[in-house]
Amino acid sequence: MIHVSMIVNGKAASADVDSRTLLVQFLRENLRLTGTHVGCDTSQCGACVVHVDGRAIKSCTALAVSLEGAEVTTIEGLAKGGKLHPMQQAFQDNHGLQCGFCTPGMIMSAIDMVNRKGSHLDEHTIREELDGNICRCTGYHNIVKSVAQGAREMATAGAAKAAE
Amino acid sequence: MSATGIGASVKRTEDIRFITGKGHYTDDINRHGQAYAYFLRSPHAHATINKIDASAALKAPGVVAIFTGDDIAADKVGGLICGWMIHSKDGSPMKAGAHPALAQGKVRYVGDHVAVVIADTYAQAREAGEKIVVDYGVLPAATDTATTAKPGAPQVHDVAPNNTVYNWHIGDKAATDAAFAAAAHVTKLDLINNRLIPNAMEPRAAVGEYDSGTDALTLYTTSQNPHVARLVLSAFIGIAPEHKLRVIAPDVGGGFGSKIFIYAEETVCVWAAKKIDRPVKWTADRTEAFLSDAHGRDHVTHAELALDVGGKITGLRVHTIANLGAYLSTFSSSVPTYLYGLLLSGQYNIPAIYCEVDAVYTNTAPVDAYRGAGRPEATFVVERIVEIAARQLGRDPGEFRRANFVTSFPHQTPVILAYDAGNYGGALDKALALADYKGIGARKAASAAKGKLRGIGFSAYIEACGLAPSAAVGSLGAGVGLWESAEVRVNPIGTVEVLTGSHSHGQGHETTFAQLVSQRLGIPFENVSIVHGDTDKVQMGMGTYGSRSGAVGMSAVSKALDKIEAKAKKVAGHVLEASEQDIEFKDGKFTVKGTDKAIDFASVALQAYIAHKFNGQELEPGLKETAFWDPTNFTFPAGVHICELEIDPETGVTTIDRWTAVDDFGALINPMIVEGQVHGGVAQGIGQAMLEGAVYNGDGQLLTASFMDYCMPRADDLPSFRVETIETRCPSNPLGIKGCGEAGAIAAPPAVINAITDAVGHEDVAMPATAQVIWRAAQKAILKRAAE
Ligand code: FES
Ligand code: FES
Repeated sequence: MIHVSMIVNGKAASADVDSRTLLVQFLRENLRLTGTHVGCDTSQCGACVVHVDGRAIKSCTALAVSLEGAEVTTIEGLAKGGKLHPMQQAFQDNHGLQCGFCTPGMIMSAIDMVNRKGSHLDEHTIREELDGNICRCTGYHNIVKSVAQGAREMATAGAAKAAE
Repeated sequence: MSATGIGASVKRTEDIRFITGKGHYTDDINRHGQAYAYFLRSPHAHATINKIDASAALKAPGVVAIFTGDDIAADKVGGLICGWMIHSKDGSPMKAGAHPALAQGKVRYVGDHVAVVIADTYAQAREAGEKIVVDYGVLPAATDTATTAKPGAPQVHDVAPNNTVYNWHIGDKAATDAAFAAAAHVTKLDLINNRLIPNAMEPRAAVGEYDSGTDALTLYTTSQNPHVARLVLSAFIGIAPEHKLRVIAPDVGGGFGSKIFIYAEETVCVWAAKKIDRPVKWTADRTEAFLSDAHGRDHVTHAELALDVGGKITGLRVHTIANLGAYLSTFSSSVPTYLYGLLLSGQYNIPAIYCEVDAVYTNTAPVDAYRGAGRPEATFVVERIVEIAARQLGRDPGEFRRANFVTSFPHQTPVILAYDAGNYGGALDKALALADYKGIGARKAASAAKGKLRGIGFSAYIEACGLAPSAAVGSLGAGVGLWESAEVRVNPIGTVEVLTGSHSHGQGHETTFAQLVSQRLGIPFENVSIVHGDTDKVQMGMGTYGSRSGAVGMSAVSKALDKIEAKAKKVAGHVLEASEQDIEFKDGKFTVKGTDKAIDFASVALQAYIAHKFNGQELEPGLKETAFWDPTNFTFPAGVHICELEIDPETGVTTIDRWTAVDDFGALINPMIVEGQVHGGVAQGIGQAMLEGAVYNGDGQLLTASFMDYCMPRADDLPSFRVETIETRCPSNPLGIKGCGEAGAIAAPPAVINAITDAVGHEDVAMPATAQVIWRAAQKAILKRAAE
């Protein structure tokens, strides 16, 4: 057993884990943060995407012990003070989810996309950038619309914050 | 229309928990003291099990127990069942081989369950599993759909000679033969409907729990129909009587049919929980899902269409071999028969149809219902052969279809179904306009100028869903009735809980059902909550599949609301001191006709429970009603989808440029959700047509057992969709709903293949039409043209 500590959603979190424990297992089983999902065993589906030190990663593909001291944000950490993140709101507004299983990973990937590519995302870019996330329910049409709206509103929210 | 009533695109209530990571899927559930199950699976497609030596594994760290098929049999627990009896044309019942939850003596497909290891952690269970030594006697495997029934093929079950489950038929052979004898033109088609793997994003999971104090079991499971699971586990498998078994299907991450069935894993988890007196949890990894979820489709078909000199269809003859895999899954036998043969009339007036289906065993995973279930297979046959006939006769594909459409209703087909209402020409007109069909010539020329090939493909599909009138399906062999139940509980302060036997695994019932209740009772949408997925809360239900939640589930709610309204009127009459007949109910208010005396719904609810204003002997206190709704007919959603695509003949890379869907789903409760269902269905249909295909090699190894080998549609594989509707109300239910869940998956494959074959100019394109397949087809066309 190895002791590992991280900052998860702004709070210190630690546990003694087996060296082979994946980040997603640490989150789901040790911290009971079950919003991050596991949809595959080949790093293909993106249901497990979280942010580590500000960048999206597939948490099924990282060992917990390799992330000592890291800052992790999961889907549970997005809404602040009872207010949804603009990307979460966009998924509801545009019916960007059906069963909801892929959704946490989709939202985390979408926010990362905006962080990397800016808030003016055309359909082609969004579709290409979502290549690492599989959804079986929606046919992606409404996910694409959600991401476009979320990106615009992240920019607006960012501008409003800067003006404060 | 109110902002939250019927017909409004209300944003979904359930979204909040999903977008914040607060959903409760089965794998999110952890019970105190739980142990973990690992299933040791067969690496061979076909083998005898000579000996299982678990002695080393039993000594491995953390191991609690290891069970095999003999342990389950010793407890008198039965095997898994197939709940739909099909008779062969000679009258003999289908040949169902035994299907033990853990194999006994023989394994029949790669992934078949050999033993279960239960340990303190999943990693320990899995490691111990690797220490079990199984002595297999490997046998040759039967894996090929087309040839498994031929003499000399390896035999999967002794009870089914020639690997044949049944030879079924439907229709009038003599009339069909006569139509062909008199035909002016016959179009022939050989096709394969490719095998698919459903791949709901949430893998199957189960948690079994035993309470020794009450001798009661609880099973949390990824199910589309928890009550059916309980019924089967109780009455047929013998786990526990129903009143001692609670089945909970919490949030379920997609089903598409694959979570209808009662599988080995949940059976073993709930049985073992009692055995070891500890909760037992299992979650499939994706590889297990590929290997052991029931697959879909897998038909080999020959079809012939007879036409008269004027191009009217006079007959259809179909022979299909349907692969059911190694065991009969829960509803597998119904899929290539009553959900397939009955749909072969399509939207067309076809006087004579005859269809034969040979269902066969192979050493592959069981095959059962997958989104559309039988109807996509039927639509692929009909819409491909009709398209080819139009091309052979030099007719416009749209106008050729129109000339053969059913135009008057009700319409009795030669294959049992009676279509009740529709407007096939109307959907076609609208689709042609939206797709700018007039401009296709110019767009083809523009593509050609760039060295590209452009094609357009139609699919005028029909489906029968809203499953289904119980007596009708009973007469066709179903082991259960297909009604639905609802209970409407009005609380004293006027809020409402609706308990439904339908189950949502992405369909949004918590929103749509609440829309109905809010509108009918005139109460705020927020005051309604929908309860589903728990056999201890909902008395009984048949679950969600076959696009039945709206047409059947909501009809049950509607019927219960009728009773609520009737009772509330009585209460209001007493309170307002008027006769019940004089009470009108509108917009949430009870009014004495012709007066301004009124009382709102919430106050009536309170009065019903206080029971001061009426005699409790004459009128029961309280306001709670139950209804069971049994449909009087199937529902018949239909529509036209048009696919337009462009092919790069140098690479085979194909881009779907426009997707136009015009569907008639009858009345819509929530258009936003309906559109989403079409998007998802079409995506799965395009997946079948262009990307997906399960491949077994000759040894029965599944070569496509991961997302790296089985091509799931991703965002950059698909276009945006143009989705519109027309409405002819369904006459067989109070809400006029037809159902929309499967339409896209049914409509899409022939639209895609018709477009590709239009572009390349020949019919030799099989599914999945990957870039390589299309490249070959395009090159063949170029060579053919050069030779001419
Ligand atoms: S679970 Fe991480 S990519 Fe699928
Ligand atoms: S919403 Fe179900 S997998 Fe995306």
